[in-house]
Amino acid sequence: MAEQPAQSAPCLLSVRDLVVDFRLDQGTIRAVENISLDLFAGRVLGVVGESGCGKSITARAILGIIDRPGRIVSGRVLLDPGTTRQLDLATLSNDSRELRSVRGGRIGLIFQEPMTALSNHYTVGNQIMEAVRAHKPKMTKPEARAKAVTLLGEVGIPNPDGRIDAYPFQLSGGLRQRVGIAMALAGDPDILIADEPTTALDVTTQAQILLLLRHLQRDKKIALMLITHDMGVIAQMADEVAVMYLGRVVEKAPVEHLFAAPRHPYTRALLRSVPNIHAKPRERLASIGGAVPHPARRPSGCSFHPRCPEVIAGRCAETEPAPVPAGADGAACFHAELTP
Amino acid sequence: MLNFLARRLLIAAMTCVMISILTFVIIRLPPGDFVDAYIANLAASGSTVTAEQATALRREYGLDRSVFVQYGLWISRVVRGDFGISMMWRRPVTEVIGDRLWLTMVVSFSALFLTWMIALPIGIYSAVRQYSIGDYAATLLGFIGLAIPNFLLALILMYAGFRYFGLAIGGLFSAEYAEAPWSWARAWDLAKHVPLPACVLALAGTAQLIRIMRANLLDELRKPYVVTARAKGISERRLLLKYPVRAALNPFASAVAYLFPYLVSGSIVVSLVLGLPTVGPLLLQALVAQDMYLAGSIVLLLGLLTVIGTLVSDLLLMWIEPRIRLEGRG
Ligand SMILES: Nc1ncnc2c1ncn2[C@@H]1O[C@H](COP(=O)(O)OP(=O)(O)O)[C@@H](O)[C@H]1O
Ligand SMILES: [Mg+2]
Repeated sequence: MAEQPAQSAPCLLSVRDLVVDFRLDQGTIRAVENISLDLFAGRVLGVVGESGCGKSITARAILGIIDRPGRIVSGRVLLDPGTTRQLDLATLSNDSRELRSVRGGRIGLIFQEPMTALSNHYTVGNQIMEAVRAHKPKMTKPEARAKAVTLLGEVGIPNPDGRIDAYPFQLSGGLRQRVGIAMALAGDPDILIADEPTTALDVTTQAQILLLLRHLQRDKKIALMLITHDMGVIAQMADEVAVMYLGRVVEKAPVEHLFAAPRHPYTRALLRSVPNIHAKPRERLASIGGAVPHPARRPSGCSFHPRCPEVIAGRCAETEPAPVPAGADGAACFHAELTP
Repeated sequence: MLNFLARRLLIAAMTCVMISILTFVIIRLPPGDFVDAYIANLAASGSTVTAEQATALRREYGLDRSVFVQYGLWISRVVRGDFGISMMWRRPVTEVIGDRLWLTMVVSFSALFLTWMIALPIGIYSAVRQYSIGDYAATLLGFIGLAIPNFLLALILMYAGFRYFGLAIGGLFSAEYAEAPWSWARAWDLAKHVPLPACVLALAGTAQLIRIMRANLLDELRKPYVVTARAKGISERRLLLKYPVRAALNPFASAVAYLFPYLVSGSIVVSLVLGLPTVGPLLLQALVAQDMYLAGSIVLLLGLLTVIGTLVSDLLLMWIEPRIRLEGRG
């Protein structure tokens, strides 16, 4: 297990041993278990895994916007770790002024569903200006409007002066997603979390939106956490990759390593399921049988063992492989331990 | 948008015509005609009508002509504001309904205002704090409110109001003001009588409204646009009111259609129990006495108010729903 190579870019956000539970009447569901991630300025962390493995919950936990009955049980979400400004977001209450100023101010969120993620009751301009003014209360309305027009232009919306007064339902899915990106950029954040930003879009629009995200991220030296279940998107966008399964990170590696020498059987299965980057995103893995088990029925030992083609009899079902250490690369698999 | 409006207006006009035909049928429903009933009514009080007078009356009301001509005559009088004569009161229908109409509206508006003031905040609280103690308490009270019949509540409140607070009970006026001309003293007397019936009428609606508001808002709170708004960093209170609560209020604009006739008729049973001189009991009396011009006029009034209410709710929806305003879908 190699230590993380020395980064020239500063680390902007460190998630350490994050645990999120949903307390339901039927029992407690552990949706996210001991997740550790690092986001570096100007770099893209790809988070990949099948649907239901806890990607969105991780993103929301970072921002402190998990819906009841979910809550962060333990772990730290460190903004500017190791600096004098270090702030543990997990200790702040959800509606506190401090956390709200981080939300949208330092960390922008780009959502999955462009059709439903904007309110149809207000114009696009109204919703963007609200985001602008939430972090610059001294800004006047005309100034905020000018900034919103600039933002719309920046995300490649033609005729931003006119479109600012449009309602979301008057725009196509691609344009709405661009509006969503403009909104996430409204507070000039240096960290962006994009939760499956292209899943709901057609292939052509998907490519355009990814290109836009790439450009914005590079120009503004933004640390981007890109959540997807599509290995094609990972190949195109990511610098580092975290592969998630059932609420845990099972492999972490730089993107070239991951594609050249995937160490976890789950990663290999994910790679096999996408023959080329233009393939349709899939919710299930065709190359391995079965679906992700429900977090409440987590298999014993390695949670992937019932679906694993390389299961070691008498071992994987009984004992758990060592987790990927925080801040380092590796794979949580006995095979990876045998062949470092 | 104009298209949408024009279509709604056309439908409204057609509905009005249908209602007027229905009303006419109702008026003619009892055996015999109006003059027969009128004569019988007079006979009961000792006066008689000669055969010539009866014929003259029939000719005056067009009762000797075909049904279609009769409808035409009736509707042309209605349009001019002449709703015929109430036999029971021996006065023009307009006079009989007139005073009660706006008394009913005072009571109903107060009740409605109370309902919304109580129900909407509690509904919002129940949804936002789902499964909290407060939510369970509101749910419990709501179900009790739904389960108790209104008239029983009216009786209990009347008793409690009289016994413990010395409140005036029954009617909308004290005896000395009931028939008095309008004055500040009479208005004050009315103001003292309104709270009790308003509370009774409000409480039943409140329980229901809390449930509706809670369900609507719970639906909205789960929608992705709420997460988007949270991710912007605006405060929870502001976000709630601006996005999900506003969306959850939309169905209430549709409910306006049913509120309009309710405002006028009120609740008949509660009005009877509380002895309120409102339109509801009047309709009941008119039907029992087969006072068909009065009954028909009230039915016509309620029907037209429903149409107007529907139109108003369409306009409201158009105003608050940009999608309808801009695309004319509804
Ligand atoms: N509101 C909720 N109530 C109960 N469990 C939830 C809720 N939201 C998410 N979960 C649990 O968290 C798991 C991870 O969800 P999520 O992060 O949305 O997955 P994804 O990786 O597809 O984004 C789900 O499988 C589910 O069991
Ligand atoms: Mg998700």
